[in-house]
Amino acid sequence: MKIHEYQAKAILARHGVPVPRGEVAFSASEVGDIARRLGGRAVVVKAQIHAGGRGKGGGVKLAKSPDEAEAIARNMIGMTLVTHQTGPEGRVVSRVLVEEGLQMARELYLSIVLDRASGKPVMMASAAGGMDIEEVAAATPEKIVRIYIEPGVGLVPYQARELGFGIGLDGPQVNKAVKLMTALYDAFVATDASLVEINPLVVTAGGDLLALDAKMNFDDNALYRHQDIKDLRDFGEEDPLEIEASKFSLNYIHLDGNIGCMVNGAGLAMATMDIIKLAGGEPANFLDVGGGANAEQIKNAFRILMSDKNVKAVLINIFGGILRCDVLAQGVISAVKQLGVPVPIVIRMEGTNVDEGKRLLRDSGMNFTTADSMGEAATRVVELAG
Amino acid sequence: MSVLIDKSTRLLVQGLTGREGTFHAKQAAAYGTVVVGGVTPGKGGTTHEGWPIFDTVHDAVKKTGANASVIFVPPQFAADAVMEAADAGVGVVVCITEGIPTLDTMRAMTFLQTRPTTRLVGPNCPGIITAGQAKAGIIPGHICREGRIGIVSKSGTLTYEAIHQLTRLGLGQTTCIGIGGDPLIGTSHIDALKLFADDPETEAVIMIGEIGGSAEEEAAGWIKSNFKKPVVAFIAGQTAPPGRRMGHAGAIIAGGKGTAAEKMAALSSAGVTVVKSPADMGQAVQDLLR
Repeated sequence: MKIHEYQAKAILARHGVPVPRGEVAFSASEVGDIARRLGGRAVVVKAQIHAGGRGKGGGVKLAKSPDEAEAIARNMIGMTLVTHQTGPEGRVVSRVLVEEGLQMARELYLSIVLDRASGKPVMMASAAGGMDIEEVAAATPEKIVRIYIEPGVGLVPYQARELGFGIGLDGPQVNKAVKLMTALYDAFVATDASLVEINPLVVTAGGDLLALDAKMNFDDNALYRHQDIKDLRDFGEEDPLEIEASKFSLNYIHLDGNIGCMVNGAGLAMATMDIIKLAGGEPANFLDVGGGANAEQIKNAFRILMSDKNVKAVLINIFGGILRCDVLAQGVISAVKQLGVPVPIVIRMEGTNVDEGKRLLRDSGMNFTTADSMGEAATRVVELAG
Repeated sequence: MSVLIDKSTRLLVQGLTGREGTFHAKQAAAYGTVVVGGVTPGKGGTTHEGWPIFDTVHDAVKKTGANASVIFVPPQFAADAVMEAADAGVGVVVCITEGIPTLDTMRAMTFLQTRPTTRLVGPNCPGIITAGQAKAGIIPGHICREGRIGIVSKSGTLTYEAIHQLTRLGLGQTTCIGIGGDPLIGTSHIDALKLFADDPETEAVIMIGEIGGSAEEEAAGWIKSNFKKPVVAFIAGQTAPPGRRMGHAGAIIAGGKGTAAEKMAALSSAGVTVVKSPADMGQAVQDLLR
């Protein structure tokens, strides 16, 4: 799960990471009030969307006075912000963060993610702050310093010092960095984060360290024990069909193509998208109905698939292991009867009771196309989608 | 021969009294697996479907001589169950549970480093089946047939797909290992390949990977210098968009890393036969063995 910058900063501040003074606003007049509360000097107005690259897209602006901040906010709130991470459709800005302006001496980078190869959290720091870390990693990998944290021990101060000196901080700054990094790791563990990233981490003209930006992603599997974080979910940032699917425990991801897919199992669902592409088509979605899909689940899945108006044909690809093919076939028949699916449906199923399943589909009097192999199914559905 | 489990395996089911645990314990027993009992804290001393239930894994191991366990407990208790099984000295621990918090798995795996005689398979996996002998997990037994090919896979239903293709071609399987789709897993592709390398009955291996992480690239490096048997690989997620989690917690292209293209290139350059279509896995094995 993702949250907004201002929410991440509030969490980090609670764990002891220094952040600039600021508040979130939902209207231009609130922005003016906040700017005045911050002392009436220069402030930064930052669009809050779940995507990076906001500065380049015009979503981060400096205001010299509260009136100017208010004027900026009038344009920013409600605008559609397009960045390299939003896709061409962009995101509508509905809230902004208003923060005190700072005199910066240096911009650095600091993050924690899980390193899958070692099975440990890795803390990464770089002197090249404010840039995409992927770009830094590709162009100048030597500028990134990494330490691996022992899960049972936690971040040890010497490791934090290695990072601090590694990115060119001086002695007094390193002491501050050790505190900040320790707080950051505490926040990572306490919230079951999957990513915390401070980019840039700034050294102010006065030699202080502050998180000028902050990004936190969380492990969805651990949200059950973090109601406070769950409450931060912003449905405005998510695809409406994906929100609907999540209500029925359907794993659905909306894509740009015109062939709807319904599959059991995540790996097979990905493979089905791949084989559609190989056959010259474009998948409209990823959809895993799970191993124990019943008639109700199949009906919900159809409803969500067909809400996407781009869908011109549907491919159902099921390997019946535990799920029996005859049960699946009955589910499909009753869903199509009830919902009246107006596009061609190609069904490829294999596994338990497959012959009975195929007989049910044939005898249903409905216009299903059945296929004996995945390859054949993909070719057929691409033809039918036109 | 086979790897990890066989006719002599004595299987314990952690979470046997639950709906999933009961269903799959019966399926395993029907397949011929020696299921020796179950563990459900608080229900020790009772029986369930004829099997003795124990409060702790230690008790169960002492009384039944269990040497493998399969875990069907809910995600919030699963890491605990893994560590308990390891501490009781169970050799093969198969964790089927999906949805375990990553930090819980991380702690459990750190704990497992102090119990080197235990091998964890999973979590978030369909488990293991040795064709015609035994199964620990949820892979349907009736699609398997005793044969010559090993399978190691991150995905459940894609594993069934591979099994089905091999059965239809008459090649059959030795052991199929579902290693799981989480970011952290106990048994890697390399670990499974090492087991297959030492199994004389396994003549070739199908390796199924998916986007996310770098386990397939690491396996490619290892295969190149160590593995002598033919390998066919399929990588799911060739068309997956970056930054989106494709069902499995570990299936995500993050920061431009973990793409199917990178994995396929690494495997090809290691001499592995990489198929673009999941429909071609079995046929590719047959072609290699000709």
